Amino acid sequence: MYPRSFEYVSPGSLDEATSVLASTEGAKVLAGGMSLLPLMKLRLFSPDVLVDIGRIPGLSSIEDRGDHLAIGAMVRHADTASDSLIGEHAAALATAASWTGDVQVRNQGTTCGAIAHADIAADQPSAALALGATMVAASAGGVREIAASEFFVDTLTTALEQGEILTEVRIPKQGGGSAYEKLGRRGGHTDYAVAGAAVWLDVSNGAVSSARVALTGVGAKPTLAEGVVEALVGTDGSDAAIAEASERALEGVTVLDDLFGTVEYKAHLAKVMTRRALQQAVAAAR
Amino acid sequence: MHVSLTVNGQRAVTDVEPRTLLVHLLREELGLTGTHVGCDTSYCGACTVILDGKTVKSCTMLAVQAQGAEVTTIEGLAANGDLHPVQEGFWERHGLQCGFCTPGMIMSAVGLLSENGSPSEGEIRHGLEGNLCRCTGYHNIVRAVEYAAAKMRGEEPPAPEWEEGSA
Amino acid sequence: MGGGVGVSTTSVLGGVVKRREDPALIRGTGLYVDDLQLPGMLHVAFVRSPYAHARVVSVDASDAEAMDGVRAVYTAGDVAHLGDLVAQVPVGKVRPLLAGDKVNHLGEAVAMVVADTRYGARDAADAVDVEYDPLDPVIDLKEAASDAALVHDDMESNVLLAWEGGPWGDEEGIAATQQTIADAKAQDDTVSVSIEAVNQRLLPMPMEPRSVVADWNVGYGRFTVHSSTQIAHALAGGIAQTFGLSLTDVRCIAPEVGGGFGCKLNVYNDEILVCFASQQLGRPVKFTETRRDAAGSTIHGRGWVATATITGTRDGQILGYELDGIADMGAYSQNFTVAIPFLGLFVGAGQYEFPTHWKVACVHTHTMTTDAYRGAGRPEAAYYLERAIDAFAREIGVDPADVRRKNFIPAEKFPGAATHIGFPMDTGDYETNLDALLETAGYEDLKAERDRMRAEGRLVGLGLATYVEVCGFGPSALVDLGFSWASYKIPSGFNGSGLVRVQADGTASVIIGTGPSGQGHQTTWAQIVSNQLGIPVENIRVSHGDTAESPLGIGTFGSRSAAVDGSATYEAANKVRSKAADLAAHLLEASADDIVFADGGAHVAGSPDQQVSWSDIATLAYQPHRLPEGMEGGLEAHAVFSPGNATWPFGSHLALVEVDGDTGDVKLLRYIAMDDCGNVINPMIVDGQIHGGLAQGIGQAMFEDGDYEADGNLLKWSFVEYPLPTSADLPSFELHRTVTPTDINPLGVKGIGEAGTIGSAQTVVNAVVDALSPLGVTHVDMPLRPKRVWAAIQAAKTNGSVS
Repeated sequence: MYPRSFEYVSPGSLDEATSVLASTEGAKVLAGGMSLLPLMKLRLFSPDVLVDIGRIPGLSSIEDRGDHLAIGAMVRHADTASDSLIGEHAAALATAASWTGDVQVRNQGTTCGAIAHADIAADQPSAALALGATMVAASAGGVREIAASEFFVDTLTTALEQGEILTEVRIPKQGGGSAYEKLGRRGGHTDYAVAGAAVWLDVSNGAVSSARVALTGVGAKPTLAEGVVEALVGTDGSDAAIAEASERALEGVTVLDDLFGTVEYKAHLAKVMTRRALQQAVAAAR
Repeated sequence: MHVSLTVNGQRAVTDVEPRTLLVHLLREELGLTGTHVGCDTSYCGACTVILDGKTVKSCTMLAVQAQGAEVTTIEGLAANGDLHPVQEGFWERHGLQCGFCTPGMIMSAVGLLSENGSPSEGEIRHGLEGNLCRCTGYHNIVRAVEYAAAKMRGEEPPAPEWEEGSA
Repeated sequence: MGGGVGVSTTSVLGGVVKRREDPALIRGTGLYVDDLQLPGMLHVAFVRSPYAHARVVSVDASDAEAMDGVRAVYTAGDVAHLGDLVAQVPVGKVRPLLAGDKVNHLGEAVAMVVADTRYGARDAADAVDVEYDPLDPVIDLKEAASDAALVHDDMESNVLLAWEGGPWGDEEGIAATQQTIADAKAQDDTVSVSIEAVNQRLLPMPMEPRSVVADWNVGYGRFTVHSSTQIAHALAGGIAQTFGLSLTDVRCIAPEVGGGFGCKLNVYNDEILVCFASQQLGRPVKFTETRRDAAGSTIHGRGWVATATITGTRDGQILGYELDGIADMGAYSQNFTVAIPFLGLFVGAGQYEFPTHWKVACVHTHTMTTDAYRGAGRPEAAYYLERAIDAFAREIGVDPADVRRKNFIPAEKFPGAATHIGFPMDTGDYETNLDALLETAGYEDLKAERDRMRAEGRLVGLGLATYVEVCGFGPSALVDLGFSWASYKIPSGFNGSGLVRVQADGTASVIIGTGPSGQGHQTTWAQIVSNQLGIPVENIRVSHGDTAESPLGIGTFGSRSAAVDGSATYEAANKVRSKAADLAAHLLEASADDIVFADGGAHVAGSPDQQVSWSDIATLAYQPHRLPEGMEGGLEAHAVFSPGNATWPFGSHLALVEVDGDTGDVKLLRYIAMDDCGNVINPMIVDGQIHGGLAQGIGQAMFEDGDYEADGNLLKWSFVEYPLPTSADLPSFELHRTVTPTDINPLGVKGIGEAGTIGSAQTVVNAVVDALSPLGVTHVDMPLRPKRVWAAIQAAKTNGSVS
């Protein structure tokens, strides 16, 4: 309940923040704090320095940049969930955000924070992955872009390097339709996911022309289900085609068990959630 | 570290360690003990306050993050001493038993009704998901919020479920 | 209500009165222990064992002691002279205040740090270096019962005792019952159905973490202790006993208590230890547990594994019920610990009349102590019985309601009916109650709806269960069976007390020895007194929880407060009324027999225009020179109520569920309860108690799981891993009641705190098993987490139909 002592820095600009991060060993970025602070309170994680990016101007907006949407580092889950642009172009992410935590957590926690934290049971990372997002990381050395498919490395581990801040998540405006489905730990859509699936796909001339499917909660990280896409693209997106494709959800994934699901159960759930999300995405894309 | 914020309309200036949680600033520095601590993991919501118009869990926020913020706690809800309709609803519809979760629950209900003046039962239940209560089974909390919502719309609240006694 | 002088025209019993305690609680001005800040107050953090079982090789506190703001670090040797923790039923190994050379469960306190701040105390506790030599733990209940390895190597067995009946304590009678059941099994026309089920360990988790502040005043020679306890008098007695003080040297105050559900009945080692620290350091000392502390060091509940067997004929006549179980006591006994399954034994045969052999062995394991958690032994007993009856009904293809009805103790056996262990019961009418439930719920329509939905391929189920509860403890003579707080210096029977004082201005103070943790005593007691005196509820203030001012009371648990302490207060109010009648008669120059209390005062029957107010009456009482010869001044009375029996509420519940066959996700669609707690003082409060009770029973059925891992690890440290039901997880409940008053107390009330919990877990599980029965599933263990329900479906599909 009581974090260890640390030094607190509240920079007024991104440059200042990256320079503090570059010059301070053991510094950690604080955004909404919904993942970080509980870990610190339980003393499972105790950084020496916290760099609070909450007061840096310009990080709280969701912008339409023509070919993509840009979600700033301090955009809260609640904003992601209710924003009309995201609802239109990235429904999977809006849904995932609306099922993240509870009202208070959504009011304070950030989409970028959830993605950077990369908890395997969190909803938004796989949504970002399925939507083909691009992560923008800033450091004292400059800014770089990381494809979502390269971003998630392992449990609670991303491609962000020490000194980098995830300043923005970019979602391409790519047409088609997307959806997110999950089974939550208390059942329904509640709480962290036992397993979930995010889907983006496009339909042309009555056939699924392209797709991305990403899984929540089953492996060590949010994972693309390539086998599903291989099976689905080119089909008519019928329930039968979806059901068949969903069976390939676990290809290449090592399923891990936890308190809320055995390997067998999670593997099964991943297929069920994939099927359900695909059905919704096909309906949305048509 | 120096922190200044506005709590229940009054300016508060204090020095805290950076690690001090907002809830401890409220309870121990400012003596506002109506905001409670019920868990370590941001689940129970007993510490819910309204910060710059949004409900947040004050146990999962550093006091220094609230620099410059406007905070309303349960003590600040009854303007001029008159109960807020949500407080009234909790009293009228037996929305509390031990009372420990109640301040946080009331603040969440106030937040919910500020965004949705006519919530369905399902919307109330989902809107209060971040506040645990171990006493009421939530049944009468839902009735309390329905009461308050009607009151705030200027309507007659739904009748209570129990037969009105002779008292 | 009758009794006393005259007849009240104001009846507030049975009516809704808004709660007197709420204005403070909804404004945030209610005082809970952790709100207390005393000058110079120090804070405590504990160093806790990370192992289930280990030798403590060394404890090095030198780094911690050197830290700024650290006042002391105490280990077992520092408190050895205080002995073990007080326990009401000290059977087995009683908890030491701090672990000595061995730790016996995860989270056991090894050292206590006292520092200037909460944060600093935690920092210092982390700096205490404890070297452990880990040992193999005994966790599994069957393994523990086998004594293959001992939990405590200075004990001969892990098995402390077995509760067996019936009848209880009659070996020949038990043998005869066993023979009767064996004979029934041997008959050609009988069927036996068994279920082995886990009634998993639960964490009580009241929303207020436990908190205690001890303040030793060396000049007064007195402790003042604020604690979130359910029994302030037991805590005061436990402290007095431990420190060799008199009861008058310890003042305990339980202010607002934020839920208890049994876990705050215990006197805890931390409560004793902060007293010790305050005495040593001459400063007030506070300990407030974190939720993580609570998971590992506040008592747990349930934790049974048992096999339940029903034997009966194919037409539904049950000829025998057997329960063979093991109950987990944890590593140490605390307050009631081994007595909890005993409460289950009382109601082992529920509402039914059939030969019952019930046996549950109590064993130590390397886990946290179990003790009273809402229902305490009775939910477990009801769970096994009602699951087994459902399994039997399914096996013979008879409607579960009909099987139950066929085997009820008939209403005409009351008064005079007894339980299977030979204990007399007060009142009951089970068939009327069940029929009322089925009619109110539209049982036949619900069955038709279920069948229609099933035909669509949906997994929908209806679950029914009944319960009978023993509560309202009483009888006072339970002390003669060994249950008293004699080891806490308060050798009280299971009686209640109340003190009613009419103040000089005509308002009334009611001071009771028992205190609430959310049950609304301030309102209910005001109603009782208002009903007897005619003083308006708003002019009555009820105080509780301060041992310096309140009469001895043994607390709010076992749904006993209203039945026992409420009855005492009722009798105290009658004494006051009797004297007030004499006073009013003197003022009105009439006979006391003709005095009627009404409209906030008194008058002579037939002359309501000549009214004297309670203020007039009280003024006279406090001016004794105006009184007639021989009459004493003052207007107050104390009464002790000694119940002749416990009370026996009952009820029947019905649940409708749907299971998502793809995911195992269970949705509770409807929950309908028909409870009978005798007379009802405040229907609003009674319904609230049932709501909360249901949520805890449903919580056990669907969400909560406090079981340890095989290595003794408790992975459920927080609400992340131990999910409590939220508002989003529960439906609105449909409550109804029948009213069968008890004859044990003058109010006719039985108690309602635990009924919802006792009746509900098996109702939900029966519904889910019913939903899955077309697939051949006959049993799923709680909690009905999706993964477990799905696994049961898969197993049934793999195995084909399971009989």
